[in-house]
Amino acid sequence: MNTIVDVESAEMSAGVPLSEWGPAPARVVSAFGFWLFLLSDIIVFSALFAAYAVLSGQTNGGPSAIELFDKRHVLYETSCLLASSFTCGMMMIATDRREVALTYFSALVTAALGIAFLRMEFSEFAQMVHQGAGPTRSAFLSSFFTLVGMHGAHVTVGIAWLIVMMAQVGTLGFRPMVVRRIVSFSLFWHALDIVWIGVFTVVYLGAFS
Amino acid sequence: MNVRVEVTDADRAPGSHRSGRDRLRSYTLGLGLAILLTAASFAASSSSSVWGPSIPVLLAVLAIAQMGVHLVFFLHISTAPDSTNNILSLAFGVFVVGLVIFGSMIIISNLNHNMLPMDQLIDMHRQR
Repeated sequence: MNTIVDVESAEMSAGVPLSEWGPAPARVVSAFGFWLFLLSDIIVFSALFAAYAVLSGQTNGGPSAIELFDKRHVLYETSCLLASSFTCGMMMIATDRREVALTYFSALVTAALGIAFLRMEFSEFAQMVHQGAGPTRSAFLSSFFTLVGMHGAHVTVGIAWLIVMMAQVGTLGFRPMVVRRIVSFSLFWHALDIVWIGVFTVVYLGAFS
Repeated sequence: MNVRVEVTDADRAPGSHRSGRDRLRSYTLGLGLAILLTAASFAASSSSSVWGPSIPVLLAVLAIAQMGVHLVFFLHISTAPDSTNNILSLAFGVFVVGLVIFGSMIIISNLNHNMLPMDQLIDMHRQR
């Protein structure tokens, strides 16, 4: 079953000089390329973090961070994302073993936790807008909604991607092409969790300390 | 036919790991450490047993530690020779992120420091 990969690896380790190895296997190239995309995406986030760090005190007489944020709420959001990162890892193990049922199940749990996170974030945003603390109120709130909303938009795209991947597992099966895409998805999902660590530390916990 | 060779790939893809059991252990260990660090940052943010002004530094240390845990245990980025490309690109990414965030903060705080207070600025405009 794994003949192609094994021959490839065997050739590489058979004392051939590095310069004659030829191109790396597609799975390595695609994952590395996606890793580079993720790093550039994190640089985009860093610009939004910089804007927030600079503007977080500019409330223009409006509500400040400490009046708006609820720490318990953030803890629930964080737990959802962390748990979904773990179940995403379970999905990768299931995919490696080509276990269809386990892949579907862990993908379902991952998506459900992601949707729970989005619901909490959306209710927080709706409540803030309702209180008159929408993105147009002050520079602080503009930068807050941009940064946290950007992360939420990424999570939304991630869930849509996960649903498409499960449809592809259903229709195409575990082809190398599909597996490469699932690997890229898992990298994306873990990277989003890393960005969230920055968000809850800088935006939410930073306001309380 | 299918000879099992000790696999030493040219490059290791981010997120890939050598064996299934290692992966499960890595994810479980990572989850445990991440829960511990998250709980520590939430506890530290409103703790009275830590000297107040040092809390932001403590939070930053805990956040960087947790990002490290995620990179090592979830994304499987290591310092192994076959992971050099991954770690070098990560180092460059971290460098740019640091430049953007801390550069902006230094520049803006410097501008703030050099700016006249708002009432004096308005006075200057009136005198013209």
